[in-house]
Amino acid sequence: MPIIELNNVNKGFGPASNRSEVLADINLSIEENEFVAIVGFSGSGKSTLVNLLTGLEIPDTGTVTFEEKPVTGPHSDRGIVFQNYSLLPWLTVTGNVELAVKQVFPQMSKKERRDHVARYIEMVNLTPASWKRPKELSGGMRQRVSVARTLAMQPKLLLLDEPLGALDALTRAQLQDEILNIWDQEKKTVVLITNDVDEAVLMADRIIPLTPGPQATLGKEFRVDLQRPRDRTTLNFNPEFKKIRNTVTQYLMELNDEAKRLAPVKDLPLPDIHPIQFVA
Amino acid sequence: MKKFKHILLKTLDVAALSVFEPIVRLCYGEDPRAQLRKIGKFILIPIVAFILFLGVWHVTASGIETKFGKMPTPGVTWEQTKVMVGQVFENRRSEKAFYVEQKTKAQEHETKAAQYAAAAELPKNASQKEAFLAESNAQAELAVNARSATFAGTPTIIYRVVHSLKTVFLGFMLATLIALPIGILCGLNPVFMAAASPIIQIFKPVSPVAWVPIAMILVGALYSGSSMQPAMLSSAIVVAMCSLWPTLTNTALGVASIDKDHLNVAKVLRLGWWTRLFKIVIPSSLPLIFAGLRISLGVGWMVLIAAELLVQNPGLGQFVWDRFQDNSAAAFGQIFVAIFIIGIIGFFLDRTMIILQRSVSFDAPAGA
Ligand SMILES: Nc1ncnc2c1ncn2[C@@H]1O[C@H](COP(=O)(O)OP(=O)(O)OP(=O)(O)O)[C@@H](O)[C@H]1O
Ligand SMILES: [Mg+2]
Repeated sequence: MPIIELNNVNKGFGPASNRSEVLADINLSIEENEFVAIVGFSGSGKSTLVNLLTGLEIPDTGTVTFEEKPVTGPHSDRGIVFQNYSLLPWLTVTGNVELAVKQVFPQMSKKERRDHVARYIEMVNLTPASWKRPKELSGGMRQRVSVARTLAMQPKLLLLDEPLGALDALTRAQLQDEILNIWDQEKKTVVLITNDVDEAVLMADRIIPLTPGPQATLGKEFRVDLQRPRDRTTLNFNPEFKKIRNTVTQYLMELNDEAKRLAPVKDLPLPDIHPIQFVA
Repeated sequence: MKKFKHILLKTLDVAALSVFEPIVRLCYGEDPRAQLRKIGKFILIPIVAFILFLGVWHVTASGIETKFGKMPTPGVTWEQTKVMVGQVFENRRSEKAFYVEQKTKAQEHETKAAQYAAAAELPKNASQKEAFLAESNAQAELAVNARSATFAGTPTIIYRVVHSLKTVFLGFMLATLIALPIGILCGLNPVFMAAASPIIQIFKPVSPVAWVPIAMILVGALYSGSSMQPAMLSSAIVVAMCSLWPTLTNTALGVASIDKDHLNVAKVLRLGWWTRLFKIVIPSSLPLIFAGLRISLGVGWMVLIAAELLVQNPGLGQFVWDRFQDNSAAAFGQIFVAIFIIGIIGFFLDRTMIILQRSVSFDAPAGA
């Protein structure tokens, strides 16, 4: 039984006279405990898709169902980590997490709540910074607060919108491991939005590309059957890893070329230079 | 030592006094040339400019003859400042003397009362005894009166400053109590905003002077308490009527322009209406609200002087009017002193608000 399902979902923005159709005919079904990665180009509608899964946006046509019930708004069973952190700047790290916990678990005693908050801050290694405000934190630390806040709500489905986009390679690797750990230990379902194919192959059971917009839709999906736990240091030499990475990259580039061909030709004189395409 | 420097610099920054930063840095020997250049530019030049201003004032004033005599020069103003300070001390002395005198008087009456009471105890005829007792009671009463008498000199400048500050804060509190809830409602609800907008637009540009008669008449009709002088209440109402607008519009703007990301957090957490108001909406608009409060207090202080002058509230405004009625060159000079006092207090009020504003701003520090 799928935990969440999208059926023929269309979503656009703006008035009828000047409407931009962002997502068209999206069909997606995610099983419990699955780790799904959605890869796509910048501005294609990935965040819009996540908002639909969360319930922050409602589809124009089609349906979103979570545990066989239609989604009409956000619910604490579906936790989202926003692309832009979305921390409340006037609250400390603890304050940000606590606000969420208070809301989702109103029955907790003060002490229970404090322990609960502390546990999740510890999980993302932010205990030493727990009294700081977001502006005193680095981008990676803010992202981790955002992750801790969402995890502390103990959602069944974790929606991660490019949670590692702004990070350096080292922090990124560290957080990837943390997310995989949590997914494995707490038996969650994860939808990870990313524009990094390596990351998708490293983490996901299934990779689904989103075609370039407008009217983006989900493309051909790729299964990743690499054995877990996946070791990033040896993975680069694993032929299967290389093969999947290359096919996904190839597919994305084809999509991109096709989108360019279909796009209306503009009368701009272009300089006579050509990009070099690197295929690893 | 280094830590102390850091604290010092931070304090200057918070107090919006960062002009003095180069002096601190110079004391710690940090790049003396750059610091000296900064001191020259941002401290020396303002001082020179002020001296120039005094010079221009002196020359201009010396050439103007009024019916009160010459227009006060900086020198005359300074003389009158000393006179006013002298008056404060003089007043304090006579106040002390007054209470000493009252005390001796009271003691005299008390001794007499005791003597009469003792005399009444001696076996005399009943009518004489009664007369003694009556006299004793009368003396005791005189003693009580002497002790409870309060000094009623002319109000000193200190008294007036304190009174003006009390009045402006009363008015400012009134303005805040009215402006904050209405501002929040306007920001939250476009319909409410549309409804309130014409009212706000009409009353916002009204001159403080126009509110004075209305405030006086209404206070006369509706206020019968005795905890406060009616003049003070009228002045405070005028201050409130003129100073509530910046807070109101800023609050509305702050609440209406709340970050969409923060609203999304509220939605995802499914916060209730009140929780959303107190945990998201108000905190996120606090910097703008405080910016509004700061402007309001500035406006309030300006309006207060006019209101006091017209309502005869015994603060600085009334002082200016009193001096004007005095028709003397000395009094003319004291008006100039009052101008400086008003300006300097206004400056400190603004600084206080800047510090408050900075303490609630969670992003960039507010400009000076
Ligand atoms: N609330 C909205 N109103 C109008 N247009 C919107 C809205 N949200 C998204 N869009 C449009 O939808 C398109 C897709 O936006 P979206 O943020 O989903 O892209 P994305 O794939 O997440 O981009 P990125 O890689 O930069 O995160 C964009 O063209 C954007 O302008
Ligand atoms: Mg996005």
